[in-house]
Amino acid sequence: MSPRFEPAIGRYLHLDLLGKPHRLYVEEAGAGIPLICLHTAGSDGRQYRGLLNDARITRNYRVIVFDMPWHGKSSPPVGWENEEYRLTSRDYVRMILEVSAALELDKPVVMGCSIGGRIVLHLAHEHPEKFRAIIGLESSPKVDPYYDVSWLHRPDVHGGEVSAGIVSGLVAPTAPDDGRWETLWHYMQSGPGVFKGDLHFYMIDGDISGKLDEIDARRCPLYLLTGEYDYSCTTEGTLEVARRTGAQATIMKDLGHFPMSENPEKFIGYLLPVLEEIRSDKQASAA
Amino acid sequence: MLEHLAGDVNADANLVRRGKHVKTSFLIAIDNADHIVRIEHGRIVSVTPGPFITPNYAFALRASRDAWEKLWSATPIPGYTDIFALVKKKLLRIEGDLHPFMSNLLYFKGVITAVGHPRKEAA
Repeated sequence: MSPRFEPAIGRYLHLDLLGKPHRLYVEEAGAGIPLICLHTAGSDGRQYRGLLNDARITRNYRVIVFDMPWHGKSSPPVGWENEEYRLTSRDYVRMILEVSAALELDKPVVMGCSIGGRIVLHLAHEHPEKFRAIIGLESSPKVDPYYDVSWLHRPDVHGGEVSAGIVSGLVAPTAPDDGRWETLWHYMQSGPGVFKGDLHFYMIDGDISGKLDEIDARRCPLYLLTGEYDYSCTTEGTLEVARRTGAQATIMKDLGHFPMSENPEKFIGYLLPVLEEIRSDKQASAA
Repeated sequence: MLEHLAGDVNADANLVRRGKHVKTSFLIAIDNADHIVRIEHGRIVSVTPGPFITPNYAFALRASRDAWEKLWSATPIPGYTDIFALVKKKLLRIEGDLHPFMSNLLYFKGVITAVGHPRKEAA
């Protein structure tokens, strides 16, 4: 019997990011319109394996998932031991643009969840011309701190266990057990202080509420998909973004903060019409 | 509301295993009704209703009956499915020495969830 491999391939990409040499782990599957997928804070690209394995998506899209520096199988830059990791809006935007350029992508679609759902709003604000379409999962303009994030990185508390404990309630109560616990496993494997460093962007630096009115979904199609059980990026926050930008918003039943990993099948049911609309627009503009 | 808590937690071998290093007492306040839950090696050894003159506990979870009932609802209500969802809405207050709570967070979430109707998110 031949080995049963998934269609996705994973490779290490060497590039300069933010002025330093980096080695990023990138997975991809499919062919067609490039679709960059951005994982959540304190997790990694494994969250998107449901998409990488779905032929309904990969027959028309080249799904590309990279682990951000410090996350998953991407190493932190040399000298990491001498700094505290803190993600900022400026660095996050540059990272996405530089990865896209290194991969020589032509106007990709970009889709991100949570912190990724926030940074795509920054991309829609600053660089709409660089993307064919933008998809925000669990997008909200800001989230004020509602717990003391210092608990996430201290020597007398297991960082992975507490990170999973913090986010466990963000998975929809209706999610299947395997999706729920795989999502939490990714959090349990996060490097020390990485989730906390990402939350610097999520809760402090990445607030885009003051710039929402300057985003125009007519300059780059903007789609928002948010799970009804997400109490971090709330449905109200998503609907506010839609109201102020002209984005198309859909509230997803039976899903929480991690739609692509907690319940991929349910999520893909919501994603496919969006991807089809983006593809149709491309065909229309090419005609 | 806490009558079956000890039995339900202690019958859940996975939950007891997850909390095998937990030895503490914490307080659950439902409106003004206090209860002290004492835990040893992940098993609940007592649930003592108040009032107390000199209560001795590490940390307390305080919320209104209405908020607890929403959290423990058999049909999950968006925005009320987790203790941190209630904290974010300022409907639940966690106070005291949080170290035993935060260092065993998945365990304590499982204990709190066990008060309500069995649901899949029980840790």
